[in-house]
Amino acid sequence: MTINTSRRGFLKGAAAAGAVLLVGARPDGAIAAASSENVQLNPFVRIDADGTVTAIVKHFEMGQGPATGLPTIIAEEIGLRMDQIEYDFAPSNPQVYANLAFGQAQGTGGSTAIANSWQQYRQAGAAAREMLITAAAQAWGVDASGVTIDEGVVKAGSNEAPIAEFVAAASQLEAPAEPRLKDPSEFRLIGNPDVRRKDSAIKGNGQAIYGMDLHLPNQMIAMIKRPEARGATVTGFDDSVAKEIKGFINAATLPNNAGVAVYAENTWAAIQARDALEVEWDISAAETRNSDEIEAEIRAALDAEPQHNVNKADMAAVAKAVDGADTVIEETFFFPLLAHAPMEPMNCTIEQTEDGGILLHDAAQIPTITHFAFAEIFRLPPEKIQIKTLLAGGSFGRRATPDADYQVEAALAFVLTDRTRPLKLVWTREDDIRGGYYRPAFGHKVRVGLDGQGNVVGWQHKVAGQSIMKGTPFESVLVHDGVDHSSVEGIADSPYAIPGMSLGLTDTAKATSLLWWRSVGHTHTAYVMETMMDKAAEAAGRDPVEFRLAHLNDATNADQARKAGVLKLAIEQAGWGNAPAGHAQGIAVHKSFGSYVAEVVEVSGDVDSGIRIEKVTCAVDCGIAVNPDVIKAQIEGGVGYGIGHVMRDQITLTSGAVDQTNFPDYEPLRISDIQAIDVHIVPSAEAPTGVGEPGTPPSAPALANAIRALTGVKVTTLPMAENGVTFA
Amino acid sequence: MAINLKLNGETHTVEAEPGTPLLWVIRDELKLTGTKFGCGVASCGACTVHLNGEPVRSCQTYIEDVEDAEITTIEAIGADKIGSAVQQAWVELDVVQCGYCQSGQVMSAVGLLSEKPKPSAEEIDEYMYGNACRCATYQRIRAGIQRASEILEA
Repeated sequence: MTINTSRRGFLKGAAAAGAVLLVGARPDGAIAAASSENVQLNPFVRIDADGTVTAIVKHFEMGQGPATGLPTIIAEEIGLRMDQIEYDFAPSNPQVYANLAFGQAQGTGGSTAIANSWQQYRQAGAAAREMLITAAAQAWGVDASGVTIDEGVVKAGSNEAPIAEFVAAASQLEAPAEPRLKDPSEFRLIGNPDVRRKDSAIKGNGQAIYGMDLHLPNQMIAMIKRPEARGATVTGFDDSVAKEIKGFINAATLPNNAGVAVYAENTWAAIQARDALEVEWDISAAETRNSDEIEAEIRAALDAEPQHNVNKADMAAVAKAVDGADTVIEETFFFPLLAHAPMEPMNCTIEQTEDGGILLHDAAQIPTITHFAFAEIFRLPPEKIQIKTLLAGGSFGRRATPDADYQVEAALAFVLTDRTRPLKLVWTREDDIRGGYYRPAFGHKVRVGLDGQGNVVGWQHKVAGQSIMKGTPFESVLVHDGVDHSSVEGIADSPYAIPGMSLGLTDTAKATSLLWWRSVGHTHTAYVMETMMDKAAEAAGRDPVEFRLAHLNDATNADQARKAGVLKLAIEQAGWGNAPAGHAQGIAVHKSFGSYVAEVVEVSGDVDSGIRIEKVTCAVDCGIAVNPDVIKAQIEGGVGYGIGHVMRDQITLTSGAVDQTNFPDYEPLRISDIQAIDVHIVPSAEAPTGVGEPGTPPSAPALANAIRALTGVKVTTLPMAENGVTFA
Repeated sequence: MAINLKLNGETHTVEAEPGTPLLWVIRDELKLTGTKFGCGVASCGACTVHLNGEPVRSCQTYIEDVEDAEITTIEAIGADKIGSAVQQAWVELDVVQCGYCQSGQVMSAVGLLSEKPKPSAEEIDEYMYGNACRCATYQRIRAGIQRASEILEA
């Protein structure tokens, strides 16, 4: 038995029978390996004695594909087929499973799952391969350089055996500090469009278990009666009618007075009992404004001096340049509050473990926030809190809140019980639409000056809206010099070379609970930048593609070259300029989350009978495409998410209460809304970047540009359906 | 009240009050969780099951109205020739993303192909209109139905 403990103190010998090879990273980031008896290592890959390989996925799966992508990376490096690798979600442990883009927090967001895991998972897979090869070389008495692993079979000359043969011996070896990563020329799975999702079958046959599907023995259901106006508090309630409902257990005011918890034997009883509950509220601290007041405040801010000079430009000089230009175009935009509305309403289940700890079952997007919130609520050391991650029925940002909102709600409902029964908190769709967290409302005012040759001489840009990050734990990291970068991302960091640009920002008062929403600030900044590029091109008498390329023409600037690259690929694939009679095209291109996406939307119809979206052609540059078909699916979905909301969705408030209630008045994109989406991926050797969000930002402005090209109608206040455009 | 339900070829006796949506009996009492709760108002189609072979929204179907009917859920639709073809097509094309709506999409797709073995894109859009997918997997749903049609024809 070979045990090398020279480098790490913690490797211990494992019993040969039932040995497991675990390879991952230690808290300090170094690659480490261990056998089954070692508990101080949390792995990225586990190989059981029978040769079963499991990727331990540190990101949750909301449809965006890490449960396929991370196993693909491990399988590639070891030398497996995709059907030879399984996946498990990692436990909550920020020391080992941190998102490297988040610092010391485990979580999923910002389109970072593959980007931050890429090196880690390749190294873990490569280390496992080298350890198996070393064990085989020793067993066969051959040189390790002549040993290969292909489709799970270890080979050297005439020797051939499944990897299971070498798991026990490999688990006794020390992990190589710097395993050789495969060269892209050796890739068989990474970049292979035929690799299928690992979770397709169970999601098509009803076997997939989401948080909503958990049934623990003896569990009860809790629902929360929340106030109409956010911020109101409970002063009393009457449950006399609720007590008549069969299956009703109890009702109790939450310790923070934010609502009343209703406990029931089953979901239907909980729904009925909550409906029957009468609650009295104190609204003195609640939001009581109407959404038109919020809009008026934002529009007023756009006409005033901005609070923050984001890019430190000489604002007076830019204003003077625009004022003195031959042509000036000016537009003011308004973007409403939006709900995320993932298909699965929020839920989670809490139980007390035999040793007095707490086990949370949750589609955990940022488990670290919940973990520490629970340690505080339950007054337990963090190691007594466990979080088990289940599949998520969508999120679009909703499951990641800075205050772990629904998990904390469940915990507060649980602490009011004797903890003998597991508690499952369930939200309804009405809870989701009315009591959710929203993409903040934003306004932009832009003035662009052009000279006689059609060149931009000044771009005066003002943004006003509600900061997502201020007042949250993320403020210290994401707000600099008073500027919440998420309010101006996509403008402040645009690859476009725009001469004479000023960018001002004013934070307006928070109206209600705000949250990042698929692509965050880019949801509004891309719309403004890309519709203004079209208007500027038109004012300059130039083609919109040529005009954009003229602002991306620094060949030494990779950022500009990649953005220009997707633009060129999209117009080539879309047949730019060759739309059939009666159709028109619009283009938009935007960089977000490290990726570049250009989209051409083709529309037909007219304003009276309705616009029909015929086709969306997309080009994406996201570095190395790990799973090309998953990337295509994410761009298709990102397009649908962006277009669906600008077509007809908004959240409005009356006296602080959300007017919309459910899908009939917050209408999802439907199958007939977009006739076709075609995605093309730019070949690349760059490190992988995000794909979950970048498809969304260009979709809405490309649609707006197409509609304007077809009908002459411009939409600067969203949603489109309420501001001059109907859809067929 | 005690009700006899004929579900997936078996008879179950369940205890439920009149007015209880079939959805909650299937999910909470029979613990068949493939049928999903999405909106509760028949606006998203995630709860679609078959009643005597026809797709219905189980969140708006009441328990007292389904005694004696043959109910089929996603868990059993694969035993059906069309259901099996749809599920095969869904895997071939990786239709799903988050997957939460897909049980309902599959149940509706089977309903469509039972009526029209070779639906056009327009017929698919019309029939599937009420099944929402927030991930917007729609064009793969359209392609999946067309692929299932091919599988059935072969």
